[in-house]
Amino acid sequence: MSHTSVTENAARKTPFDTLLVANRGEIACRVMRTARRMGLKTVAVYSDADATARHVREADEAVRLGPAAARESYLNIDAVIEAAKRTGTGAIHPGYGFLSENGSFVKALEEAGITFVGPPASAIAAMGDKSAAKARMANAGVPLVPGYHGDNQDDALLRSEADKIGYPVMLKASAGGGGKGMRVVESGDVFQAALDGCRRESKAAFGDDRMLIEKYLVQPRHVEVQVFCDRHGNGVYLFERDCSVQRRHQKVIEEAPAPGMTAELRSAMGDAAVRAAQEIGYVGAGTVEFLLDIDGSFYFMEMNTRLQVEHPVTEMITGQDLVEWQLRVAMGEPLPCTQDELTITGHSFEARIYAEDPDQDFLPATGLLTRFALDLEGAGLSADQVRLDSGVESGDTVSMHYDPMLAKLIVHGADRDAALATLNRALAALDVQGVVTNRAFLMRLATHPGFKNVELDTRFIERNEATLFAPRTYSMEAYASAALIGLHQLAQECESDSPWDRHDGFRLNAPHTIRIALCDPSDVQASDKDDAVVIVEGKRNAGEALWNLTIGDDTLTASLQPLTGDAVAVTLNGHRRRLQARRDGHVVVMADPSGETRLFWRRIDAIDHGHHEAESTLTAPMNGTVVALLVEPGVAVEKGMPLMVMEAMKMEHTMTAPADGSVETFHFQAGDTVNQGAVLLDFAANE
Amino acid sequence: MSSISTQINPRSDVFQANEASMLGEVNKLRELTAAVAQGGGSKARERHESRGKLFVRDRIDHLIDEGSPFLEFSALAAHNIYDSEIPAAGVVTGIGRVSGVECVIVANDATVKGGTYFPLTVKKHIRAQEIARKHRLPCIYLVDSGGAFLPRQDEVFPDRDHFGRIFYNQATMSAEGIPQIAVVMGSCTAGGAYVPAMADESIIVKEQGTIFLGGPPLVKAATGESISAEDLGGADVHAKVSGVADHYAENDAHALQLARACVSRLNWQKRGKLAMQAPKPPKLDPAELYGIVGTDLKKPYDVREVIGRIVDDSDFDEFKRYYGETLVTGFAHIHGFPVGIVANNGVLFSESAVKGAHFIELCAQRKIPLIFLQNITGFMVGSKYEHEGIAKHGAKLVTAVACAKVPKYTVLIGGSFGAGNYGMCGRAYDPNLLFMWPNARISVMGGEQAAGVLAQVKREQHEREGREWSKEEEEAFKQPTREQYEHQGHPYYASARLWDDGVIDPLQTRDVLGLSLAAAMNAEVEETRFGVFRM
Repeated sequence: MSHTSVTENAARKTPFDTLLVANRGEIACRVMRTARRMGLKTVAVYSDADATARHVREADEAVRLGPAAARESYLNIDAVIEAAKRTGTGAIHPGYGFLSENGSFVKALEEAGITFVGPPASAIAAMGDKSAAKARMANAGVPLVPGYHGDNQDDALLRSEADKIGYPVMLKASAGGGGKGMRVVESGDVFQAALDGCRRESKAAFGDDRMLIEKYLVQPRHVEVQVFCDRHGNGVYLFERDCSVQRRHQKVIEEAPAPGMTAELRSAMGDAAVRAAQEIGYVGAGTVEFLLDIDGSFYFMEMNTRLQVEHPVTEMITGQDLVEWQLRVAMGEPLPCTQDELTITGHSFEARIYAEDPDQDFLPATGLLTRFALDLEGAGLSADQVRLDSGVESGDTVSMHYDPMLAKLIVHGADRDAALATLNRALAALDVQGVVTNRAFLMRLATHPGFKNVELDTRFIERNEATLFAPRTYSMEAYASAALIGLHQLAQECESDSPWDRHDGFRLNAPHTIRIALCDPSDVQASDKDDAVVIVEGKRNAGEALWNLTIGDDTLTASLQPLTGDAVAVTLNGHRRRLQARRDGHVVVMADPSGETRLFWRRIDAIDHGHHEAESTLTAPMNGTVVALLVEPGVAVEKGMPLMVMEAMKMEHTMTAPADGSVETFHFQAGDTVNQGAVLLDFAANE
Repeated sequence: MSSISTQINPRSDVFQANEASMLGEVNKLRELTAAVAQGGGSKARERHESRGKLFVRDRIDHLIDEGSPFLEFSALAAHNIYDSEIPAAGVVTGIGRVSGVECVIVANDATVKGGTYFPLTVKKHIRAQEIARKHRLPCIYLVDSGGAFLPRQDEVFPDRDHFGRIFYNQATMSAEGIPQIAVVMGSCTAGGAYVPAMADESIIVKEQGTIFLGGPPLVKAATGESISAEDLGGADVHAKVSGVADHYAENDAHALQLARACVSRLNWQKRGKLAMQAPKPPKLDPAELYGIVGTDLKKPYDVREVIGRIVDDSDFDEFKRYYGETLVTGFAHIHGFPVGIVANNGVLFSESAVKGAHFIELCAQRKIPLIFLQNITGFMVGSKYEHEGIAKHGAKLVTAVACAKVPKYTVLIGGSFGAGNYGMCGRAYDPNLLFMWPNARISVMGGEQAAGVLAQVKREQHEREGREWSKEEEEAFKQPTREQYEHQGHPYYASARLWDDGVIDPLQTRDVLGLSLAAAMNAEVEETRFGVFRM
């Protein structure tokens, strides 16, 4: 589509009074929130798995699309258009993911006469083809990572191209992939040796030894610029976001503005981003992603032709509602602000709350969210500092069918340090029960000195793996606090007022005695005698406020005072600390702005409920689908050999042999859906 | 409701002295309780545990709900009575919550003389059963006993309230629908065999529990048959052959788990109904009780200061406050349970007695449990009082106390002397439970009064015979009586003989009463029919 036709379209105002959000989860809720405020009727769509999901509950109307599988529901273009027609929808907001960057969908809407809240199909297509996009960006004067992609493979020519690019450079096999035939070259004098090596590897691996050269960025940051264009030829940028902290290319914590940004660099990147958008006739909200090198040079990576997950940090620092902008632009109005009217106030962070277990390689988690709440009062935070964009509420079920992101916690502060402190407080105030989340990991990340000191780059998590995933050790204070908090929680949960429901070991004329066993939640199986288990014994006479706790050879006095919300104060040897205390099953969860501690809590006088024989079955670790059976029943396998592969939420999980032996029976076949805890197969271990 | 306000000054010398002396008594009580809790001592215990058996108190800890209270009865039973110490009379009894149900637990301590039954062991066992019946609480017997202590067979076997009564109680309680569960964790010989046999359900521990009417030595003597205890009446015999036991346990812990499961299957429902309030701790600091009460029975204090530190929110609605002021009566809540409180605030006069009778009638009519806080020297004496009929007025109070069918709890917080003991629901008046504070004293009259009465009689005898009796002689005459009364009136002396259900730390009074009231709600509160009040 040319500029001319965009302008022609712009002449036509396209008001609508009904908005369908072709998405689910937090973004559907978030878009509808603004739509409602603007007086629009909101329509949700849902799959069978989401029939009672929050976005459906919050919508004025909702239409079923199909079964749980996304391709049959949220990706089903015909069903979405049908839903729009049934509800008299004038416009569709695609959210992010699903159909948001699907050219055919946009074309289908154009044909159906429904407004797409987003760019024209041509812009999506232009950015969809990565190499063509790079060529157009180069034309528009948007900087690209310098490199040589030519056919001439003469050694001397390659060397001179590398010299031109500047070291270090990355040598890559043109036919390459998977890290083979790839080498970082630090200087010119080792170039030839590296080239020879790469060629040999490439030849062996791909039967092709053609090479390409790219500049190697040592500590690149992921900085992206929010742009906005209307149908009247206006384009602005709403400054940048730094999304450097990523895990396997998935953003974890984002912030705006990018730390260390100078005004010059900001406007250079902003201008380049607007140029990039206008080059392809862009309309609506878009994000131009750059790699920012340590020396301040920046290179175009790609453009996302949709509203980004992390758009709220931009909203927090600019005071603008980007969804409102999108809707106004879609209605044909001009942009609400000019570039000069846009300013940055303070600093904002966003942390993505995923249902996943960071300690089990980020295995997606599913189940019933017994509680999902943000206790601002207990954390001493005000509502204008913190925003929770959530697709779930207490009582919702997290299914295996979709992305495991539950919510986004967004904070604002006067500057980066203040915002970061608020982020930590807010993370501590988040109460999630029933489903494992990455919250503790987020807190380790957000309290990491390197993060505080802005040592940011896309390899931050990789580099700090040792400290971010270190096996947990706990202080005596943590054990003491957990022991008392567990007791306090038991008392809180008591439904009756009966004095028989007290839990402090009341005995006549003797100190009340408690004996609590605590361990890391991963050591649940450990017995009282294992080193992994710490025993806290507490004694207190009638009328005494303080417990005398014994932990190993140490003794300390302790008391607990409940505060507002789920906050408690634990005083140990006269040192009082405020904590947010929660319970997730048998796990006591304690959080303060310095991090989260989870300890498995049980009484030591609990009866040993039997000696369970080692289970000879393998059960599903989560709800999912069986992908493949890898061995034949009855065939001998060695311990650790893969037996079966399951998939849930786009992640594969392999069941391995628990011992030498053989599979007796598989209870499921490839393609079967299994529920968490289902016995997948019977395994006979060798004697 | 009206809040009790305090006149106490915790900084005063009197308060401080009181507090120190009461704390001294409480500490003695704690030390003695801790010693008793050791059972038969470390050697016996090691031997016991080396056989894979749990110590009696560990058994109870495993049996009751995790961390829940255990309201033990008469831990000082048999203290200083027999030639050698028989801690807790060799049997631990009390109320504990098992699978959410309050139960009476009777657990033999095999580390004390093999768990054999001394006279006071029998008395304590039967008392626990009485408490179970009165509160309608399921009974769990953790049996590990060699049976009657043979050298004292005349004191444990023949009489009404001797050994046989245990099984009578099992049968009749079962008939009343009060579950009887036995866990055989050791010997159950002769009469003891009837504990599991009479139980509704019984559990036996493999290679530990044995049940037989006659043990191997007796069998050998009687019939010449040579057989091991296990083959004669072990778990395999009774769980698989005889059917005397219903459940087979691998070990002590498993047996206790099975007992918990038994209780969980009782389909137990509480029958008592009271208009409850949300419990609130007292506003006044209970820790001040020591300093208020002290240990000198002659020092008066306002009993409302005590009530205010026991009842919910220190809230107490007095009845007839300005009439018969030496008896304080009124309504309050303890741990949310509505209660009527009757507390002494001086010697009983006719008005106080009549007021008390009236108040007890009110509580019986409304089915409100009664709490008696005893600190009573007795009824007033003298011609004025006799002529106005203090005897018949006192009789009204005694009649009311005796007949009231609501749950009654008595705490001896000071003196318990003479007819005052009757009017204030002493042991003879069948309170559901009766406890003593360590400063309390109990006797037919005060030691000083008794010595005075006896001295007066002696003096009259001297005068009849025309002999001189010097002050010194009189003093020397009185001293042994005083000492005797002090010795026999002491709470430990009383508790050792089961005149009460235990000596308690004053600070635990509120909780003890709350636990007791909650347990009482297992039973329906009965209608009261009073006898003839002499008008």
